[in-house]
Amino acid sequence: MEGIDGRALILACSAIGAGLALIAGIGPGIGQGYAAGKATEAVARQPEAQNEIIRTLLLGDAVAETTGIYGLFIAIILVFANPLINKYLSLLGQ
Amino acid sequence: MEGLDFSNKYVFPVHIGGEEFYITQSIISTWIVMAALIIFALVVRFSISRFKQVPKGFQNVVEIIGEVVNTFTISTMGERNKRFAAFYGSVFLFLLFSNLWGLLGMRPPTSDLATTFGLALMTFVMVQYYGIKTGGIKNYIKGFFEPLPFLLPLNVIGELATPVSLSFRLFGNIVAGVIIMGLIYAALPGLTKIGVPAVLHVYFDVFSGALQAFIFVMLSMIFVSNAIQE
Repeated sequence: MEGIDGRALILACSAIGAGLALIAGIGPGIGQGYAAGKATEAVARQPEAQNEIIRTLLLGDAVAETTGIYGLFIAIILVFANPLINKYLSLLGQ
Repeated sequence: MEGLDFSNKYVFPVHIGGEEFYITQSIISTWIVMAALIIFALVVRFSISRFKQVPKGFQNVVEIIGEVVNTFTISTMGERNKRFAAFYGSVFLFLLFSNLWGLLGMRPPTSDLATTFGLALMTFVMVQYYGIKTGGIKNYIKGFFEPLPFLLPLNVIGELATPVSLSFRLFGNIVAGVIIMGLIYAALPGLTKIGVPAVLHVYFDVFSGALQAFIFVMLSMIFVSNAIQE
């Protein structure tokens, strides 16, 4: 670890962390795909209820998406507004 | 790395009572969207006396907007809560115009967490207010100790998570669109910047933007009407 600037190390680890945070995208992907499949089945069975089914599907997708959005949010913070760098600098200042 | 900065840039500072506040890009976008909606409302207000029994042209558009908002509110919140149509119709129009704002290459107001969290807080306050008003303060507090008393912390966290998830969903979707579009504009060489990103704008700004505005308003309506029914 000699010769590596602490700030560079924090930036590199934050980039890896941002990538890892987006693993949260797997869950909503599977969930939304499953919901869309079920909605297709429902429309095939009852085509006259299509509008109601699509509205319910969109609502369910929006709720299922929440965890993925949280992961995205963490990644955005780590990449564009990294709080760890400031913490490191304030630790150095002591 | 030039052109790959997606932060909400400061435009100019204002001084209020010795404190320095920064006016950001998204605040200016918000003002423009607000101005457009206010002008639209004023035009409707002054031409309402000239509206005829059989609509045509501009009157048709206004009547369609009013009818869609009214029927949607009634189908989501029930006939009793028809009065919420005015509030949530305005919120929907504001969010729709805000999300479509990215089409003009400006920063959408909803890509600022302050905008979305403010709107979600309104819903949060309404949920608490109607929860207390319809059930009484006693039932409202009792609701936190159900089904078992030791679940109180979970119930409080669940209640507080409502505005957070509501605002982060809208903010996350719009910001993801802004960042992906920015990356694509930075990656495309020369003249391919004209025309090629249009396809993605249709998805990220028009489809995703309209869908997220719709979902935000629909979830808010469901939360509030649940609080009224309890």
